[in-house]
Amino acid sequence: MSVFSRYMLRLARKRWRIRAFRKRRELRPVTDRTNLIRGDQLLVFTTFRNERVRLPHFLRYYRDMGINHFLMVDNDSDDGGREYLAEQPDVSLWTTPASYKRSRFGVDWLNWLQMKYGHGRWCLVVDPDEFFVYPFCDTRPLRALTDWLDASSIKSFSAMLLDMYPKGPFDALPYNEGQDPFEIAPWFDSGNYTITRNHKYGNLWIQGGPRMRMFFADAPERAPALNKIPLVKWHRDYAYVSSTHMLLPRGLNQTYDEWGGEKASGVLLHAKFLDTFARKAEEEMERKQHYANSHEYRAYRLATAVEPDLWCKWSEKYINWRQLEILGLMSKGNWA
Amino acid sequence: MKSGTLGFVMLCHTALDRAAQVARHWAERDCPVVIHVDKRVKRRAHDGLVKALGDLKNVRFSGRHACEWGTWGLVAATQEASELILRDFPGVRHVYLASGSCLPLRPVEELVRYLDERPKTDFIESVTTEDVGWTIGGLDVERFTLRFPFSWRRQRRLFDGYVRLQRRLGFRRRIPTGIVPHLGSQWWCLTRRTLSAILDNPDREETDAYFRRVWIPDESYFQTLVRQVSGNVESRSLTLSKFDFQGKPHIFYDDHLQILRRSDCFVARKIWPHADKLYRTFLTDDHASQTAEPNPGKIDRLFAKAIERRTKGRAGLYMQSRHPNENWENGRTAAPYSVFEGFADVFENFELWMSKTTGTRVHGHLFAPGKVEFAGGEAVYNGALSDNAMLRDYNPKSFLTNLLWNTRGERQCFQHGPGDLQALNWFMAGDPNAQISVISGAWAIPLFRSNRNFGDIRRDAAELQKIEAEFLNILRSPWVKARVRTWTLAEFVENPMEPLQTIVDEISPRSMRRLTEVPRLTDLTGFGQFLQNLRNQGMQPVLMGDFPATGELRPSNPRRGRPYLVK
Repeated sequence: MSVFSRYMLRLARKRWRIRAFRKRRELRPVTDRTNLIRGDQLLVFTTFRNERVRLPHFLRYYRDMGINHFLMVDNDSDDGGREYLAEQPDVSLWTTPASYKRSRFGVDWLNWLQMKYGHGRWCLVVDPDEFFVYPFCDTRPLRALTDWLDASSIKSFSAMLLDMYPKGPFDALPYNEGQDPFEIAPWFDSGNYTITRNHKYGNLWIQGGPRMRMFFADAPERAPALNKIPLVKWHRDYAYVSSTHMLLPRGLNQTYDEWGGEKASGVLLHAKFLDTFARKAEEEMERKQHYANSHEYRAYRLATAVEPDLWCKWSEKYINWRQLEILGLMSKGNWA
Repeated sequence: MKSGTLGFVMLCHTALDRAAQVARHWAERDCPVVIHVDKRVKRRAHDGLVKALGDLKNVRFSGRHACEWGTWGLVAATQEASELILRDFPGVRHVYLASGSCLPLRPVEELVRYLDERPKTDFIESVTTEDVGWTIGGLDVERFTLRFPFSWRRQRRLFDGYVRLQRRLGFRRRIPTGIVPHLGSQWWCLTRRTLSAILDNPDREETDAYFRRVWIPDESYFQTLVRQVSGNVESRSLTLSKFDFQGKPHIFYDDHLQILRRSDCFVARKIWPHADKLYRTFLTDDHASQTAEPNPGKIDRLFAKAIERRTKGRAGLYMQSRHPNENWENGRTAAPYSVFEGFADVFENFELWMSKTTGTRVHGHLFAPGKVEFAGGEAVYNGALSDNAMLRDYNPKSFLTNLLWNTRGERQCFQHGPGDLQALNWFMAGDPNAQISVISGAWAIPLFRSNRNFGDIRRDAAELQKIEAEFLNILRSPWVKARVRTWTLAEFVENPMEPLQTIVDEISPRSMRRLTEVPRLTDLTGFGQFLQNLRNQGMQPVLMGDFPATGELRPSNPRRGRPYLVK
């Protein structure tokens, strides 16, 4: 990589950080409990809109994992989610009516919060429908992983997005508050992912899964990216570039081995396809606040009009992380 | 057991609460403990530890040194603590060097008894520099002959640069006479006799001055000197300690409980400080009295596998944390597979016959334009792979590697031809897992049997011939790693059994059966004339070999039921 393009990336990183700094004014604190954050605690950063029904399980899942504090940005919810979170003892909450799209889908807001509160700590950036799974997550808390990453001088940890779906139409079974979404949607595609390297940022670009198979067969290049790097030992100079798909400086995107070995990695189970989905797709189409002119949601809406069933006879049913490891979707690397 | 013949020296720098727990465990079981706390630990934490152990009469704290990894500080700390334990506890016969993240796995009495039975043995891993295979950075004997003024952790570039410079200039430090460099694990258990001989050596000042500038002296100081003074070195460590490929110690967690218990080792490191279950389990006294020898085989295998996964990975897997550069794949694909070009044109129902004969999965043209022809006409295949041609063509390499990964354990065969997507020709040719069999020119048979305008046929024939010729060129290149076999159509039709037998034997070597049922050759009456017609139209079909323009080419001996086989 030439000195010039390295310099351009440096400028880009500075630009994203300045942008995040400017966008901080859009955030209004609802409850600020950040004074509770101590030393090297584990933090979750989330932005959400109208996800009230999902929040209780989301919080429990990550509390059980050993997350100490949640820093959340509410994008103008009107379903009581804000009020619910304001009462949680380990949540610091900000709210904003500003445009989701113009904050680059929440990245600017979270970049700012991470810059301010994440420096020197392990930060996990996830949406309310993303559930992080890492090697040994059933026997070791997240702290074990971050301690090991620290000891191995690894600063970023990748977890590919894995779309989970039910058998039959999305709304066959309603999702109830507090329920584990994967009781309803336990199925996933195990081996149809395509990978290419993004040479500019040094990350991998992964596409595939049921969305590509069902909704994007005629335009595969527009299928959503599934590569994510949600867990990073944050430094105030870092910046997410596009969602959690890639970061700057680009060395942080190097979460894969190029010489045949396997680095440790995890998976983000994506509980998107529940009965809440159709409503969400409808609403997001109205708001036009999503990526690439909401092409994704348009494709879904076209497909959901005819009651799609993502399930096929080769769908795998989720059991645990070891199953994902054996299927080659994640790896223990040299963590044993 | 009032003797107190075993004493512990503990080097601590983090998780002092855990160190205190372990020290208390030992001290209460009548083993004196001397603790060294890294000088870089804050005074308050240090004082807390002193206070926590204040009620124990047989615990001492030694003078503090800064112990940066790989520097002399660790040795200095060990020396001072050892002197203290030998002086203050005259009953001690064996001194065990442990760290703050060590955990005893068996009752102390068992260790004491084990040592009582071997009162003159020194347990210390001590290997000559030529024989160690585990040094990091390629530095083994050079640890003793170069200078290392820069920190490996904080000033890596300077460190590496200075090492390179010294190598280039041919710089060497003189190794003092009488010193034969040995390396080994820093965790040892020495007898009073040996340890005091090392510490009271009249030349110690000179020796120390030398080792002060050796890199990672804690892995070489005692390991080297013990060879001068001890007559009974057992070259192994009583501490179970495993290192990963970067030289960092593996860490034990709660879920290692069973495997640790069954290892029968006396002490293990490193334990994760928050592994509550391990500390709870192993620090409560169970009076199991075994005399088993330490047997860490299972743990060795577990960590060896982890290192292999990190350095070599699973062959044929492409995923978020394994994306090898070309030629570094360790196996481009997950399993052997067969590619057939022309066979489905020459034989009727070739796919069915093949799958029956070899018990493999035989697909149609996987790379056909318009649709992926999975076996049985499936719309979705293993791993939810779609038969949509646009998805396949979006990333053909991922398509093939995914298919082979998803179907591990079942051999895949598929048809290929010049009418198909050619994007993977190089990829397959360079793949040792591929078995590529080509009957060149067979693509002309469907044209011959089709009912189209001859002008169109002629144009298609020219194009297909060009594409197949390119593929054959690739298969002749010196970079080919696949098992390639090619026949011209004329060659093949003359004697089809022998090639088939060879291919089938290679796919299922164990069966070693002679082919009894053969697929039916397609009817080629008039094919020679068809080729002549192409020639007459100005197109030169060459890949089929020599077909007589008139008269028929027939299998040389169609009645012979069994092919000739060399066994």
